[in-house]
Amino acid sequence: MPDDGASAKAAAAPGLVAAQETRRQRTRLLIRSAGMLPVLVLLCIGFHLLSDGRFFTAQNLGIVVQQAAVNTVLAAGMTFVILTGGIDLSVGSILAASAMAGLIISKFPDLGALWLPAAVLTGALFGILNGGFIALLRLPPFIVTLGSLTAVRGVARLLGADTTVFNSEIPYAFIGNGSLTLIPGVLSIPWLWVIALLVIVVAWLVLRRTVLGVHIYAVGGNESAARLAGIKVWAVLLFVYGVSGLLAGLGGAMQAARLYAANGLQLGQSYELDAITAVILGGTSFVGGIGSIWGTLVGALIIAVLSNGLILTGVSDVWQYVIKGLVIIGAVALDRYRLQGSART
Amino acid sequence: MIDPILEMRRVSKSFFSIKALRGVDLTVYPGEIHALMGENGAGKSTLMKILSGAYRPDPGGEIRIEGKPVHFNGPHAGRAAGISIIYQELSLAPNLSVAQNIYLGREVSRFGVLAREAMEAGVGPILERLGADFAPSTLVAGLSMGQRQLVEIARALHARSKILIMDEPTTALSAGESERLFGLIRRLRAEGLAIIYISHRMDEVYALGDRVTVLRDGTLVGSLDKPEIRADTIVRLMVGRDVSSFYKKEHDPSAVHGAPVLAAVDIADGRRVKGCSLTVHAGEVVGLAGLVGAGRTELAHLIIGAAAKTAGHVEIEGHSVDIGTPGEALEAGIAYLTEDRKALGLFLDMSCLDNINLAVLGRDARLGGILDRDKARDRARKAFAALGIRAADIRVAAGSLSGGNQQKVLLSRLLATTPKVLILDEPTRGVDVGAKSEIYSIIDNLAKAGTAVLVISSDLPEIIGICDRVIVMRAGLIAGEIKRTATAPLDQEQIMALATGMEQLDA
Repeated sequence: MPDDGASAKAAAAPGLVAAQETRRQRTRLLIRSAGMLPVLVLLCIGFHLLSDGRFFTAQNLGIVVQQAAVNTVLAAGMTFVILTGGIDLSVGSILAASAMAGLIISKFPDLGALWLPAAVLTGALFGILNGGFIALLRLPPFIVTLGSLTAVRGVARLLGADTTVFNSEIPYAFIGNGSLTLIPGVLSIPWLWVIALLVIVVAWLVLRRTVLGVHIYAVGGNESAARLAGIKVWAVLLFVYGVSGLLAGLGGAMQAARLYAANGLQLGQSYELDAITAVILGGTSFVGGIGSIWGTLVGALIIAVLSNGLILTGVSDVWQYVIKGLVIIGAVALDRYRLQGSART
Repeated sequence: MIDPILEMRRVSKSFFSIKALRGVDLTVYPGEIHALMGENGAGKSTLMKILSGAYRPDPGGEIRIEGKPVHFNGPHAGRAAGISIIYQELSLAPNLSVAQNIYLGREVSRFGVLAREAMEAGVGPILERLGADFAPSTLVAGLSMGQRQLVEIARALHARSKILIMDEPTTALSAGESERLFGLIRRLRAEGLAIIYISHRMDEVYALGDRVTVLRDGTLVGSLDKPEIRADTIVRLMVGRDVSSFYKKEHDPSAVHGAPVLAAVDIADGRRVKGCSLTVHAGEVVGLAGLVGAGRTELAHLIIGAAAKTAGHVEIEGHSVDIGTPGEALEAGIAYLTEDRKALGLFLDMSCLDNINLAVLGRDARLGGILDRDKARDRARKAFAALGIRAADIRVAAGSLSGGNQQKVLLSRLLATTPKVLILDEPTRGVDVGAKSEIYSIIDNLAKAGTAVLVISSDLPEIIGICDRVIVMRAGLIAGEIKRTATAPLDQEQIMALATGMEQLDA
């Protein structure tokens, strides 16, 4: 009977549609998670060719990751904050204040070895202060951290009486300039980059494998719904700003160990912009709730590769700024375009 | 016989392969209030957008206004032809004055300078005619929702519209404001305007409608004249089958006895809720009825700690519990389904998996905070099966599901906490007919299993269909309670009388 054939076809159709839908969702997921990785790979290959093969050398790659390390750490903290729909403009200043605090402690003969935790805790303290204003007093994150961007910079200058503090004997200096040897004479990784990768892995574990991580995505996705679902929104916000401050403190320690010195005025100037750029390049949504820490890693590497590549190819300092800015806008535009395309088909 | 002002013949509209409207014939006469009803997705808004000119109908149909065929070719063509639409979300600019809003897009100017006084003078008589208690120079931001609606109507009259389409105009209004609006609509009818009134609410259609047209799945399934307007007839037309099989009610309310599971005592917030007490027993489905603005959602928010109480307390199984946040309510065993699942309920970008498990992640976690992903997946799969959630996979984003499936995902999150008390605020709002029936069946099963269920609903047939007992709120107070007995089913008129404070409906 013709009627039966029609109804059988109608019954088969929803299953087929569902299968297509699943495949489409998977492709979209893949594109989303791959994110800007292709751009990073293309940039690396491009600079390698343009610089007559000077990019992919062990020495140059070491320089690239060393330059990327501090920004990667800051951007990891920034990822937590932006995932909740917030922003932390104060990380550069916190980095400077933490480095100053660390260096000053390192000069005390008995306390010297404690400079590293001191720097990290200084950062965490400022971060929790930010978080307190935002979570408990309900002030907008942009305003609060804009304020602490200025205020903490002042604290950093006060700490050293507005001078540069040196300590050529600083303990643990190896984390700034040493390398972890994996295969003697063949492969070694700068300690700075080892720390940065550890931070990324721990951040990934927290975001993807803990209750707190899901709550962070939930607060960013829909704060009112999170509150109604019984999530302690204030605790989540306090945590993310605390983490951002703590990682800025760690960044400060890394800088201090690398330079054997810190200056409250100059250190970490506009680092917050590079950190935010890395997070956005990594595909994290500026309104919160969507994003991944791996994207942030790729974003931080893209920034470092751009700086390094432009120097290798001999582009003048002035043009480097222009090109970097345009590549950032172009990369994000490309990302948006691809996502839209996949959603439409 | 008067000539119709609007005639639609065989109007269809398809989007790619989906037919949103199929050959709809609609005739509207001047001086009538024509109620348009239908489930979400039945085609009401498509029809409206065709009349506004925002959508172009498929070829083959015809629209006539006062007998003359019209072809709309732009979003404002409808207005030019005399059709004004007042949308649910009012389209006023709050930072401008009443007069500026009414003249928006057609401003009067002298040498490029706005003629403010001339515009205000032009608006004055219309506002007077509508009985407005505000001046043309008032900023819209300072007006109440009811007054804003008046501005919208004034805008329509000012544009000399002959047909006024109102889309659920009372959603944001208080009971008093709604009554005033009804009075005004009747007056406009007497002046010869044709009014197409879109509403889900039976009581409004009773009170206002001269005729009711019901749409289902894009097809016009029936038009009723005033004497034929009856709830069961309308519901049957909307649903397409008999009401008795639509609502499932198998749990036995006579098994309910003993102390209540939930007792709210003298709850007040000093504003919208003025001292309300209610009880719900295990295995009982209690309805909380009332007009929009009566304070039902506010009362629920006070019970679960989403808003601050100024008086009263909550008891669970006879013990007073201190609830200050929704989290504490969940711990005490009270789960609340919000009426606004997109804004206050779901995380649209997150997976169904995470949405379902969100409230119990902490309880399931290992070592104080590590996710138990196997347990979570297992729970989500079981919820998909138990509630019949239709999605390609548990990892699909919740926002990509249909309204009914979204509601079931949200419900699954609450059920995961195994609550003693479940408060459901408009559980079937924005849900298609099939899912509606399934949700009723879920509620029935929960009651059978001994959960105490409180259902807030503006849909009276729904309350009557699924509840054992109905508590009616009016203006922040409990106006009364009606119990279903073996001999007397719940009575819609009685509920409405309590809700409106009238002895009799002027039906």
